[in-house]
Amino acid sequence: MLNEENLKKIEEIGKRYPEAKAALLPALWIAQEQDGWISEETMKQIGDLLGLPYGHVLGVVTFYTMFNSKPLGTYHIEVCTNASCQLRGSDKILRKVEHVCSAGAGHTSPDGKWTVNEVECMGACGGAPMIAIGEEYYENLTPDKVEEILRKLP
Amino acid sequence: MTQTEHYILPDIPEYHRIDVYESNGGYAAFRKALGMKPDEVTDEVKKSNLRGRGGACFPTGLKWTFMPKTSDKPKYLAVNGDESEPGTFKDRQIFEQNPHQLIEGILIGCYAMGITVAYVYIRGEYGKWIKMLQAAVDAAYEKGYIGKNILGSGFSTEIYLHKGAGAYICGEESSLMNSIEGERGYPRIKPPFPAQRGLWGCPTTINNVETMTNVPLIITKGWEWYSKIGNVKHPGPILVGISGHVNKPGVYEVPTGVPLLELIHTYAGGIPGDKKLKAVIPGGSSTMILRADQLDGVCMDADSLKAAGSSVGTAGLIVMDEETDLIRILSRLAKFYHHESCGQCTPCREGTGWLHKVLERFEHHQAKTEDIDLLLDIANNIEGNTICALGDAAAWPVQSMVRRFRGEFEKCLAPASH
Ligand SMILES: Cc1cc2nc3c(=O)[nH]c(=O)nc-3n(C[C@H](O)[C@H](O)[C@H](O)COP(=O)(O)O)c2cc1C
Ligand code: SF4
Ligand code: FES
Repeated sequence: MLNEENLKKIEEIGKRYPEAKAALLPALWIAQEQDGWISEETMKQIGDLLGLPYGHVLGVVTFYTMFNSKPLGTYHIEVCTNASCQLRGSDKILRKVEHVCSAGAGHTSPDGKWTVNEVECMGACGGAPMIAIGEEYYENLTPDKVEEILRKLP
Repeated sequence: MTQTEHYILPDIPEYHRIDVYESNGGYAAFRKALGMKPDEVTDEVKKSNLRGRGGACFPTGLKWTFMPKTSDKPKYLAVNGDESEPGTFKDRQIFEQNPHQLIEGILIGCYAMGITVAYVYIRGEYGKWIKMLQAAVDAAYEKGYIGKNILGSGFSTEIYLHKGAGAYICGEESSLMNSIEGERGYPRIKPPFPAQRGLWGCPTTINNVETMTNVPLIITKGWEWYSKIGNVKHPGPILVGISGHVNKPGVYEVPTGVPLLELIHTYAGGIPGDKKLKAVIPGGSSTMILRADQLDGVCMDADSLKAAGSSVGTAGLIVMDEETDLIRILSRLAKFYHHESCGQCTPCREGTGWLHKVLERFEHHQAKTEDIDLLLDIANNIEGNTICALGDAAAWPVQSMVRRFRGEFEKCLAPASH
């Protein structure tokens, strides 16, 4: 559930738009920043806040790939495998990530540390192959570099 | 190498800081525009021949004239920074290196069209870059360039950033508006066009980030100066993102009209291991693939690429060497379009999935001869039969690959059908 401070933040952001519904994506982002994912209760809370049925909120959450309706591992590793990255060896990067994290693409490791996902172009094709860990981009990678980056994470 | 000054990504350290931007003449264009009549500003942009950098090369000044002059409803600007087309990574460079010129361009556009609120829609993955642009917007508010009664002119406008959440389709302008409104990113049927009924049913203009960053140049130096940079019919500086098999991938600012071979061999340092060039996708994944032997004299501008059988798109040039398995690349792109189809139109929803399935047969050497024509059939059934251009974008790479690289498909037939 959203805390008081974040509820206020959403109210402030609402003033930027002529209709309450437009604050939905910003509100979902705030919720996800707070908890790392968006629970059913939080979706209902946001719906009530903005005057939207739960079904609408759920429909929006599921439409956008970046909103998580389930908790993720401590680190979210996204490996781009689209064309420019594929040309520069993203296959090997993905295999290395899956190996180091003990989690296949689309899964969370048994210890809950890693969630690995294969993603579409991240807008970093000039630095291919690349991965993102949370908001941070890591570009111009080799399998060895990826391993080093991952192993350094506490 | 074509000599060129940099106007979009100047080589000035700390240019993203407002004080550095101002001391290099920043925000003078906006001050100048405030002293002109709004129509004069639009006219200047129209005469400059600036064409949109978001993919369709649409004339920017002309688009601005579609906005009603008087309106009892508010008018809006939506600036498109969704940047999710594979091979495209140029707007990110603007957020990082020159955010104030983008803001200045937005302000000038708002003034010209009588717009009081601008939303900049940026893909959610660019969290870091959203923060960079927000910092620049905050600094511009503090200095009084944005807000109420700007610089005592009586003109007021607000700029807000809106964060996307991972959906390529939200770069399509009508889907982008639905996304801002708090909806799923479904494209809308046109007409009505955004200038008539856009955000919340009000007149709206949508322009790309790089397009808006060009605007201050035109106001400062005049349309005549601008229209002489690069190609006459598609002038100006352009950001070319070069990726794939080159020694120095990256974003290069050049005048339009630079030969593709020069971009690959001179700017991007040629192909690693001195391998031969096999093919290029010239302007992001939705543009038609070209064979190396089709590139003689072909330049990065609308007419030249059209004549060659492709298009400028987002100027995201993907380079592929002689060893590239084109079928795998095409199959990966088909998977992308299938994943990103919003599912509203049957030809797109079903067709993109089908294309991917058939291409996987080629990838695994299980295809039959008829499958080559089947690919064309499916693609032709999508093209032109959908609400938005994602359908076409999925069809074109397949059509062009089958026409220009038929041999690659024939190599992937199941052994029995040889
Ligand atoms: C599927 C699809 C995705 C698009 N993605 C983008 C994008 O990420 N950025 C962009 O500026 N334009 C994108 N466009 C083009 C926009 O619809 C629109 O034409 C453009 O933003 C207009 O700006 P411009 O006239 O300044 O080029 C996309 C179009 C389609 C069909
Ligand atoms: S063409 Fe595809 S993406 Fe566009 S509206 Fe139709 S189904 Fe959606
Ligand atoms: S293809 Fe991987 S970042 Fe663009």
